[in-house]
Amino acid sequence: MSGAATQLPGAVAGPVIRAEGLTKTFGAFTAVDAISFEVAAGEIFGFLGANGAGKTTAMRMLCGLLTPSGGVASVAGFDVGREPEAIKRRIGYMSQKFSLYDDLTVRENIRFYGGVYGLRTTEIRAKTEALLGRLGLAHERDALVGSLPLGWKQKLAFSVALLHDPAVVFLDEPTGGVDPITRRQFWDLLYEAAARGVTVFITTHYLDEAEYCDRVSIMVDGRMAALDTPAGLKQQFGAADMNEVFLQLARGAKNTE
Amino acid sequence: MPAAMFAIDLQHLSKSYGPVQAVQDVSLRVPPGELFGLIGPDGAGKTTLFRIMATLLLPDAGTAAVAGHDTRGGMRAIREVVGYMPGRFSLYPDLTVAENLDFFAALFRTTVRANYELIRDIYEPLAPFRDRRAGALSGGMKQKLALCCALIHKPEVLLLDEPTTGVDAVSRQEFWQVLGQLKARGITIMVSTPYMDEAARCERVALLQEGQVLRVDTPAALQAAYPVPLYAVRATGSLYPLLQSLRAYPATRTVYAFGEEAHLSLLPAATAAATTGTAEADLLGYLARAGHAQVQLRGLTPTIEDTFMELLGARPAATAPTAR
Ligand SMILES: Nc1ncnc2c1ncn2[C@@H]1O[C@H](COP(=O)(O)OP(=O)(O)OP(=O)(O)O)[C@@H](O)[C@H]1O
Ligand SMILES: [Mg+2]
Repeated sequence: MSGAATQLPGAVAGPVIRAEGLTKTFGAFTAVDAISFEVAAGEIFGFLGANGAGKTTAMRMLCGLLTPSGGVASVAGFDVGREPEAIKRRIGYMSQKFSLYDDLTVRENIRFYGGVYGLRTTEIRAKTEALLGRLGLAHERDALVGSLPLGWKQKLAFSVALLHDPAVVFLDEPTGGVDPITRRQFWDLLYEAAARGVTVFITTHYLDEAEYCDRVSIMVDGRMAALDTPAGLKQQFGAADMNEVFLQLARGAKNTE
Repeated sequence: MPAAMFAIDLQHLSKSYGPVQAVQDVSLRVPPGELFGLIGPDGAGKTTLFRIMATLLLPDAGTAAVAGHDTRGGMRAIREVVGYMPGRFSLYPDLTVAENLDFFAALFRTTVRANYELIRDIYEPLAPFRDRRAGALSGGMKQKLALCCALIHKPEVLLLDEPTTGVDAVSRQEFWQVLGQLKARGITIMVSTPYMDEAARCERVALLQEGQVLRVDTPAALQAAYPVPLYAVRATGSLYPLLQSLRAYPATRTVYAFGEEAHLSLLPAATAAATTGTAEADLLGYLARAGHAQVQLRGLTPTIEDTFMELLGARPAATAPTAR
């Protein structure tokens, strides 16, 4: 999948995400404990872990939203601690709560985010049309986002996160609470984006979705306890599916707590 | 007050928000002690039903009775005996974990200690963080605390609106064990969930769509309702190219990703039109020509998730953006 990466304006040679000893503490509590890993361009990287394992915290550091307490990390060639602003322009981020404005229309949301990402008006207009067409939302352009079904909101939020052609998109539980059909439609969008060379960094608690990732890491109490392809992990843990792999690792965490 | 025949009794409920008909002529009856599931896509009306049962919202038409009390006029009585966990935002972010729990206990004139037994299994992983502000908890930790708060007054009827959204797989298992224990104590539970493995653990489920009840059945009956033979298909390499090939196959009726496999049903005409003897052999030939290696095809007993998508997948709004 990495072959398409060179088409992207934001693309860099080598890994798109690189973390080395990345750490975050809150007072005496260590939420992210010296994690090290690399993610290649165009990869779908599943970032799994139990509740409170430190996924959101780590992701917010990689997005330049939270300053690391220790270690280093770079995203699209920029350092997360020293160049957070440069990173924000080169990534898309969908938080655990959606980031669209319910009281703005579909078109207004797109225009707003286009502005935030520094796109020109003509560019925004062209991208808006393309995006509405692709999502089948052309008739809803003037509908308030708050009135859309969750599944549509979520697809729109994803497309808006990609508006400025970022090298990487960070998705924090994008399919949480989403019904089986809509979840699968969302994954089609992810596959399409990855095929265009966008790197997808995603957390989920649906373990069937872990199977759809190129590689999966599993965090346990702030540490990265495992990192491999789904097939590799299943083999390593002698497990039939990713659910079993996860249960084995996350159960271990509870015992040491 | 005589013992109610039904813990929850909804008759011809309707509710609209402006032009949006959120709930349309819904009737459901849940006997005491039943573990009852509500499933359906977003916007199907599940949350509106919960809000009506929790006396937060009056229906436009129809009646709702909970634990023998009509929601019209019975608000105080219902709130005493019902535990309600709304989908989101039910905690005080500025209070600590322990303070939130104490607050809800005090609200119902009880103490955390008196009913600790009920919440112990869910609360234990949170206990080390009892002095942390609820706002600083992770998403799944908040869900667990919210459930503890809904349980702390030992309700007769539990209304849980997507309680496990954001909850990790280990905790979801523990959570359903706890629901089993509560049921064993005679507590009636109505729970909505986007997880079909959880729907399968309910005694009965109602399938909702666009404000209406499509079907009420046991999970076993729902599974058995899948109308045609179903196959699991797998091949070496990534699932996505396999999905794309299956979608492009003319005899494909439905195809959905299921973990490392695709679940596939074929058009009835596929068997009749088979050129190589069987529809299966035709398909294997096609996939081989499309470049897929080590293709495995096997018959499959449908899961409740297959039936869910079968019953709801037909409507145009749910058509995948990648058209076949
Ligand atoms: N601002 C903060 N102050 C104190 N502790 C915090 C803060 N933010 C996060 N934490 C703690 O850090 C730990 C990791 O939280 P994080 O949100 O990263 O977990 P997560 O892996 O995303 O979990 P979930 O799957 O539930 O979303 C938790 O114990 C959480 O309570
Ligand atoms: Mg999180």
